[in-house]
Amino acid sequence: MKYIDELKNISENPRAAFEGAIASGKKVVGVMPYFCPEELVYAAGMLPFGLWGAAIQANDSKRYFPAFICSILHTTLEMGIKGQLDDLSAIMIPICCDSLKGMGANWEYGVGNKVPVINVAYAQNRKIEAGVGFTASQFRKIRKQLEEIAGNEITDDALAKAVTVYNENRDAILCFSKAAATHPKEISAQTRSAVLKAGYFMDRAKHTEMLREITEELSALPASDEGYLKIVTTGILADMLGFLELIDKNNMVIADDQIAQESVGARTQTPVTEDPILGMAQRLSDIEGCSVLYDLGKFRGKQLVSLAQEAGAAGILFVLTKFCDPEEYDYVPVKRMTDAAGIPMLQVEIDQQMKNFAQAESALQAFAEMLRER
Amino acid sequence: MSEATEKKPAKVVLKELQDKIADDAWEAKKRGEKVGWCASNFPQEITTAMGIPVVYPENMGAAVGAKGGGQRMCEYAEGMGYSGDLCSYSRINFAYADLKKCEELEIPFPDFLLCCNNICNCMIKWYENLALELDIPLILIDIPHLDQYECDEDRIKYIRAQFDDAIRQLEEITGKKMDYDKLKSVMEVSQRSSQAWLRAVGYMSAKPSPFSGFDIFNNMAVACVGRGTVEAAEAFEQLADEYEALVAEGKSTFKGDENYRILFEGIACWANLRFTYKTLQSRGINLTASVYGPAFSFLYSNLDELMAAYSYVPNSNCFERELELRVVDAKKNKVDGAIFHMNRSCKHWSGNLYEMERQFREQTGVPTIVFDGDQSDPRAFSEAQYETRVEALVEIMEENKRKEAQA
Repeated sequence: MKYIDELKNISENPRAAFEGAIASGKKVVGVMPYFCPEELVYAAGMLPFGLWGAAIQANDSKRYFPAFICSILHTTLEMGIKGQLDDLSAIMIPICCDSLKGMGANWEYGVGNKVPVINVAYAQNRKIEAGVGFTASQFRKIRKQLEEIAGNEITDDALAKAVTVYNENRDAILCFSKAAATHPKEISAQTRSAVLKAGYFMDRAKHTEMLREITEELSALPASDEGYLKIVTTGILADMLGFLELIDKNNMVIADDQIAQESVGARTQTPVTEDPILGMAQRLSDIEGCSVLYDLGKFRGKQLVSLAQEAGAAGILFVLTKFCDPEEYDYVPVKRMTDAAGIPMLQVEIDQQMKNFAQAESALQAFAEMLRER
Repeated sequence: MSEATEKKPAKVVLKELQDKIADDAWEAKKRGEKVGWCASNFPQEITTAMGIPVVYPENMGAAVGAKGGGQRMCEYAEGMGYSGDLCSYSRINFAYADLKKCEELEIPFPDFLLCCNNICNCMIKWYENLALELDIPLILIDIPHLDQYECDEDRIKYIRAQFDDAIRQLEEITGKKMDYDKLKSVMEVSQRSSQAWLRAVGYMSAKPSPFSGFDIFNNMAVACVGRGTVEAAEAFEQLADEYEALVAEGKSTFKGDENYRILFEGIACWANLRFTYKTLQSRGINLTASVYGPAFSFLYSNLDELMAAYSYVPNSNCFERELELRVVDAKKNKVDGAIFHMNRSCKHWSGNLYEMERQFREQTGVPTIVFDGDQSDPRAFSEAQYETRVEALVEIMEENKRKEAQA
């Protein structure tokens, strides 16, 4: 299928995409999870480059973070300390969870000032007007920092165009995800993850074009999901190959997801406003389904139940990123909500440094068997 | 009998005051008043001025840990599905919210929740879950972590809007109205308490320090939750006067000779308090510097400054400001070494601890150790590791003193 191999290559080897962008003379800004104002980077003519950790062993990072911090932070810092990210023009670090609050200083002292830190603060009390105003004030501050780094102004026109590019990409992600849900033979869990993840390392407009093409091709094909077990995933990220192999091996298909790295952000468009910054801040207020954002009433659980019901999923996988506090807090009430809705949910704890998925394999196999017998 | 001998020592007054705050909440609950569970660094000026009784689950977590119930309650919460990686205060609280009983300490059940995340974002997740579990309203004042040295106008504006909104919501929930004259007077009293607290802990710079530094961990509870009351202000003034008198006499409540003076970084290991204290005390080590000294003072002269003051609590500052707090305090209080607690419960406090320890050592020139522990879950603490590291610290401090004497 057209573009699949290309996207897989980008996803499996983001370094090549990174080096390619640098070689072409483009400035690259690292973007850590979650919900950084990437549109500002894009509008400045630079490439936003997602930093969601890597499947590597963390060693040097342990001089800064204790072992009980998540692997996303450990491995990103590890790459920084090892000089693998020296060509970044800056790194955006949001301060929305307790572990991320320590990342800025650890980066500054572990990596040095060759890659300056742009802290991204946004309101947790995000539904109130003052919260949206505060987030907008921070985005304006970041806009100035990025203008200095880019060496050019970020005009409102450029920003409005960037907002459109990102909104279109969000829509394309959801359309692709929906099409992939009925075509597991063509789009395995591994492929689905790679196609979505590649977007973090490339021009979003190009990613959208590729996603549209793939979705169109899939839509022309008959559904291939017969005999597959429909599941919905929830969590921060679910891109570990060993884990995805298990989903494929057990003939499961991801019917929908509530994964921060995948569809969570895609579900919420940026409202088009006269001042694009206000629309971007409003989006932060509108996003649902992520544990790092204040969620009074735990709408995440309600949304998850709806997603599973709408997708006709037999069960849910709570993909728990090891040492992620927000996720560990959410697990208990979310489990209660899914239990109350009669939807079985399995927690699978994962870590990017994991090499052995034997425990997850047994659990997933037993879960699949249980779901099939229901 | 003279007036001096009749007067209760300040530490007793403070303990009684702490008990009274808890008793008042129980009494209010019995009268049918609405009672809240409150985060330790939620602006107490609001509830004090409105006469709204609140209790503090974090204090309960510490007390239950100190009284030996930490592991049992944490394990119960883990049985509910909560990870053992989570803050032990929150695990104890989840267990209590579910069991509705705790043999070590109980607090009245809440009608509403007051959350503030200036100490950590895990407070938000903890209180989100409580609100759902207990089906009660939650009021959040979000104080974003400082990514710069000073709290700027954008932050002040945002916090102020939430402060005003919290008052409005509390008025609706409790039916009590905010009296802004009362708020002004509570702010003034809070300043009096804060100044007295600062004066009291400031005497740690004396040699010998007039008190055992571990007392800070006990006294700070009132500094944290009751400082808006005249009784607290008077008790802290009395405490400071007592320390002043001890300094004048060259005396100390620390048992034994003060051979070494240290900074202790982090929350106490409540479940292992006796061991951690005795290991130091038996070697003549007194705690003479702690971030709870300078940073629990909340100094301001108007409402905008109050908003900023709540941004400067320990852990809410940028790294450089946090480091400076420790270094200045350690130098002023003439420490010979420092002990850093890698607290398994607190990802926020632990996230920069290694770098903090390195830069602190470089800037102060004193030896440091790091040990693993937890604020209320004893399973993360090892007596052998703690003792070995303290011994290593003593050896270096001893050698430094010998060299100093020779020079």
